[in-house]
Amino acid sequence: MAKQLIDQAAATLPADKRVSVYQSTKATHEKRTKLLFDQFNDPDLLRQRAGEIKQHVIENLDTLLPAVEAKLKANGAQVHWASTGEAACEAVLRIMQAHGAKKMVKAKTMVSEEIELAHYLEKHGIEALETDLGEFIVQIDKDHPSHIVRPIIHKNRREIATSFEREGLGAYNDDPETITRRARQFLRHKYLEADVGLTGANFVSVESGRIVLVTNEGNSRFSLAAPKVHIALVGIEKLVPRDRDLGVLLNLLARSATAQQLTVYTEFISGPKGATQPDGPEEMHVIFVDNGRTEVLASDCREILRCIRCGACLNVCPVYRQASGHAYRSVYPGPVGAVLSPLLAGKKFPELADLPKASSLCGACNEVCPVNIPIPDLLLRLREKGKREGAPLASVGTPPMGAWALMASQPTAWKAALFGGKALNYLPTKLIPVPALRAWEEKRALPAWRGGEFRKWMKQRRKS
Amino acid sequence: MSNDREAILGRVRAALAPLPQRAALPDWERELVRMRQMQGASDLTATFCARLKGVNGTPLQSAAELADLLAKNQWTRGYCDPALLPLLGAALAGVQVETTFDRTRVDDYAFGITRASAAIAETGTVVLTDGDTSSRLAALAPWAHIVVLKRMDIFPDIPAALAALPADPNIIWVTGPSKTADVEGILIEGVHGPGVQAVLLVD
Ligand code: SF4
Repeated sequence: MAKQLIDQAAATLPADKRVSVYQSTKATHEKRTKLLFDQFNDPDLLRQRAGEIKQHVIENLDTLLPAVEAKLKANGAQVHWASTGEAACEAVLRIMQAHGAKKMVKAKTMVSEEIELAHYLEKHGIEALETDLGEFIVQIDKDHPSHIVRPIIHKNRREIATSFEREGLGAYNDDPETITRRARQFLRHKYLEADVGLTGANFVSVESGRIVLVTNEGNSRFSLAAPKVHIALVGIEKLVPRDRDLGVLLNLLARSATAQQLTVYTEFISGPKGATQPDGPEEMHVIFVDNGRTEVLASDCREILRCIRCGACLNVCPVYRQASGHAYRSVYPGPVGAVLSPLLAGKKFPELADLPKASSLCGACNEVCPVNIPIPDLLLRLREKGKREGAPLASVGTPPMGAWALMASQPTAWKAALFGGKALNYLPTKLIPVPALRAWEEKRALPAWRGGEFRKWMKQRRKS
Repeated sequence: MSNDREAILGRVRAALAPLPQRAALPDWERELVRMRQMQGASDLTATFCARLKGVNGTPLQSAAELADLLAKNQWTRGYCDPALLPLLGAALAGVQVETTFDRTRVDDYAFGITRASAAIAETGTVVLTDGDTSSRLAALAPWAHIVVLKRMDIFPDIPAALAALPADPNIIWVTGPSKTADVEGILIEGVHGPGVQAVLLVD
């Protein structure tokens, strides 16, 4: 019986969606493994180093953040800080308003999903258009992304073709190439009309104050070619200490996310366009967003801040594969989401306290994670937190162990139970008073008692 | 906003204060990230071309090959960096070439020809910068991007390219044509950027 929310979601997931999710996660994962192990002598050492680099970053944010701020400013970028999602949205709006800007093209950024930027801007009369093909489809469908790297992993070409037809992007045609061409044609004019291009950042180098962005489609490159203002939303944990450390992380990110050696476009942005360059932004704004991250940093789960959002853990997770992304009811699905989402939820932690239970603790996520995050350990810590704080969702579907705990913590009760247990050996099965216990006993032959008495032995030992 | 800065940094400091010690920054050897297949590779141009083909890019060895590519695809109108005209003039005879990119006619250009700053052999990547790329849009919006690369500017691998990042506000590594697999995981090239990424190698 499906008692947990995520079980219910999995049970009601249509078969065709389950098949698309399962097949594409499996294919990506298999390609990734092959690539990583074929191409590197010691991929596990590589993961370990990557994890150490990111752990160093999160444990030194107090010095690295001011350092990168100074570098960015020296490069000609303007730096802003936002404690909450709302503050981040307001910061974006203020920059737009200062330019009288009404139109924005958006590259894919998980932070903007987190803070619901597009909704906020829409409410303030600003068009914020998603340009990543998958995100664009999510946007016209008023849907939510269901995978970190592949936002429409749950949709098939027929649904997409129907959406395009509805939006006036041509007559029904479900050929993936036609779909892509139509999006290309529509969006390239949107870039040219937009006043502002918004991106995230995969990494920010403290050493050089360069923002590093990776995309395959080239949408972020376009967002930084046509509009006059560039805004980058950056989670405060996205730093890397030195440019050379990108050699470790870029290699791992592309392989882990999409089984590529390198993403098609890797962009190092350190400021507004060069003096002689005819196209590109004249202003660059970097907004550092906290939105719960400092709380995660203060918790015993801070390792999750190493995450580089590659999505590899989703692809191998047996629960994600069955339930798909929407079942996680939050921006980050899968194993990373099961840790990160309840933590980022802050006071709303109890609403997502069931997510850490959505794992078989098989360890597959830890095994693939390019920054070696011990996700299963973190899940256990969060399960404990849920219990400790009495979050009702943390107990749904858990076998009641209260009676056992009571017995195990009181010596008299324990001794009585031991005696009772022994007595059961002599009691004819039919006479066992509890039906469930009787049924259990009937099916099993208890092994014959061979040892002595542990307590007696212990007392004896103390004396001698 | 400045309040937010202090608030965030204050919370960061408070969160880190109880740590008995901080994780050290590890050192790592270049060998760690070097692909097995690259160990011992010596001809950088050959490796680069092989890798470029591996990501569906198109290496071109001469201006004549460029002329063939244009003719074969009937790309008759495009953009060319004016600095490259002396080198490519003959190859471009017979096609309509503009030396400024007019963004109001973005769909009129079949190709854009610009210069590369460098390349990475290991991954088949070309490096574009504001300093060397005459127009970001011209290197991006047309269906075909043809980039002119000097053979001596090829780095062996990613660490070498990272160690020599130029002082430029906009450095772009391009590894093959723009692509997506968003629709049912099927690979489609030419999404927002070029569907054809060609590299003309020169001395
Ligand atoms: S937790 Fe690890 S595997 Fe999962 S998305 Fe983050 S970096 Fe990738």
